[in-house]
Amino acid sequence: MTAPAAGRTVRIVVAKPGLDGHDRGAKVVARALRDAGFEVIYTGLHQTPEQVVATAVQEDADAIGLSVLSGAHNYLFKRVLELLREQGADDVVVFGGGIIPPEDVAALKAMGVKEIFTPGTSTQDIIRFVRDHVRAAV
Amino acid sequence: MTERERWERETYGAFKERSPERPVRFESLSGIPVEPLYTPESLGAGWTYADRLGYPGEYPFTRGVYPTMYRGRLWTMRMFAGFGRPEDTNRRFRYLLEQGQTGLSTAFDMPALMGYDADHPRARGEVGREGVSISTLDDFERLFEGIPLADVTTSMTINCTASVALAMYLAIADKQSVSWDRIGGTMQNDMLKEFIAQKEWICPPEPAVRIVTDMIEFTSAHVPRFNPVSISGYHIREAGSTAVQELAFTLADGLAYVEAGIARGLDVDRFAPRLSFFFDIHNDFFEEIAKLRAARRMWARFMKERYGARKPESMRLRTHTQTAGVSATAQQPLNNVARVALQALAAVLGGAQSLHTNSYDETWALPTEDAVTVALRTQQIIAEESGTTLTIDPLGGSYFLERMTDQMEAAALEYIEKIDALGGMVRAIDTGFPQKEIADAAYRYQLMEDRGEKVTVGVNRYVMPEDRGIQYLRIDEAVEREQVERVQRFKAARDMGRVERRLKQLADACRGGRNVMPVLVDAVKDYASLGEISDVYRQVFGLYREPIIF
Repeated sequence: MTAPAAGRTVRIVVAKPGLDGHDRGAKVVARALRDAGFEVIYTGLHQTPEQVVATAVQEDADAIGLSVLSGAHNYLFKRVLELLREQGADDVVVFGGGIIPPEDVAALKAMGVKEIFTPGTSTQDIIRFVRDHVRAAV
Repeated sequence: MTERERWERETYGAFKERSPERPVRFESLSGIPVEPLYTPESLGAGWTYADRLGYPGEYPFTRGVYPTMYRGRLWTMRMFAGFGRPEDTNRRFRYLLEQGQTGLSTAFDMPALMGYDADHPRARGEVGREGVSISTLDDFERLFEGIPLADVTTSMTINCTASVALAMYLAIADKQSVSWDRIGGTMQNDMLKEFIAQKEWICPPEPAVRIVTDMIEFTSAHVPRFNPVSISGYHIREAGSTAVQELAFTLADGLAYVEAGIARGLDVDRFAPRLSFFFDIHNDFFEEIAKLRAARRMWARFMKERYGARKPESMRLRTHTQTAGVSATAQQPLNNVARVALQALAAVLGGAQSLHTNSYDETWALPTEDAVTVALRTQQIIAEESGTTLTIDPLGGSYFLERMTDQMEAAALEYIEKIDALGGMVRAIDTGFPQKEIADAAYRYQLMEDRGEKVTVGVNRYVMPEDRGIQYLRIDEAVEREQVERVQRFKAARDMGRVERRLKQLADACRGGRNVMPVLVDAVKDYASLGEISDVYRQVFGLYREPIIF
């Protein structure tokens, strides 16, 4: 189990921003994180960046996992980061995955996305990442 | 003791004791156990050639829907293409036709698929990214510029806005002076699988199926060579289902459309011949071939026995196929060429009417022209070099394949009975049944892969350090800007009085239960946009909200 010192379970919003309906990866990751003991809120499909950030703030999330397979990741990830900053919630760890070419991965990381998981990633790697990089807010 | 039992004990069993079999699970990708050997006994006492197989072009069509199959005509090589501005995709279309492709297949971008124009705020970042950007008839004209609609058939992967795309295609036919009875093609337009798997929607299932039924009714009367629906298992499988679930849910969706057509008062033999299908072709070679054969037999029986179809054309399951996108790996991407070749061979041995082969680079981005060319050449090599097209259904009669076909059929029938018991597919979707089944299967599949119980070459076995040095297609940021500006300019120059009148007529048709297609054709000709038409659907029918299942 992942009971941190603060005593609260790490809370993660798994989100599908944008218009694409490919939710297989998001759902598998949401379930794997839940089975690993984290508290997971899955937003459902077709969310605007505003909706994703509102959910994260409302749920007091420690991390947001974004899944995008439409090629719109550059716009959508950037917008989520901007909105988090505007709301003073930039301590929320943002990670993501999808069909994302290598040079975009580098650019997204430079922008502040903590990690990008591309096809073939094991759910164990994602769980390990969350354990290593996400702490529950006190 | 039968000869088979004797072999199992004396030869096979004794040998296995000395030299054990490999420690792997002998089961298909769907979890069907696979025996060491199949013999005539495997088929069971009730199995007869006439009942299960019959002859190509005859009921129950197990061996193929046409009497000559590929001896008469090869399958249609139809590569799915679409990106950027309409003129970008038009260029790729012309390239593919020059390379010997025999039909067009259009990918639309996410805003078009969800009913938003390029200049809508929800379209930001998505214009031309995953397909071609379309907002008005002006875009459609540029997409098909220089392509004579009388000479090609066009498939369009579009669903909740398919009615708009069909109207635009018909409007272009009119502009090219090609009569509607001479144009052919396919609209994907399978809304039930959207709620189950692909997840692009506007309004809830009931009005969505009503618009699909409008299109079935309209094309059967006015566009007789057009397939108004492509009942799709592809997305169901890609969303994580097993082959059995794909088979079952796809046929169940098909049954729902047939029932909707009959409830509309249409004669089943009038519209059923134009229902077409679309299946995924995944890695398990024999299971996929068995799936296509089982699908044909099951559909023929449902149409004849459940719905009283009399025309053989109504019982004939014609299908497009596509190699499995989910099976492609980002690691060692060239390995995907081999996967696609095997999957394509399975599609051909399964008797497909049409095939798209995926490109090896699609786990990174949309395919480059080079990658698409290899994928198309793969089909041409199978067609022209492999000898597999010389005779009809060359694997028919294989004890293993026939047994697998029977098992797929039995397992799928069980699911269909469950869906019948829930009150049909629309009700089943409301309860979240197929969505939950698929999510569970997807999770099981991932866990098997994570534990290494399912081997994926280059991912969890035979791993190499990656330099990830492949070329991939980049969509310039300028595409969105240019397309948005063009759409805004174009919209500003329209006669808004006419547009508004057409949208009002559409809303009236939606509310009054009149077929939406005639007014849609007029509306797109007056340049009502895809987004504006979708807004009418949103206002009249309301928005769909998905049950959150994971």
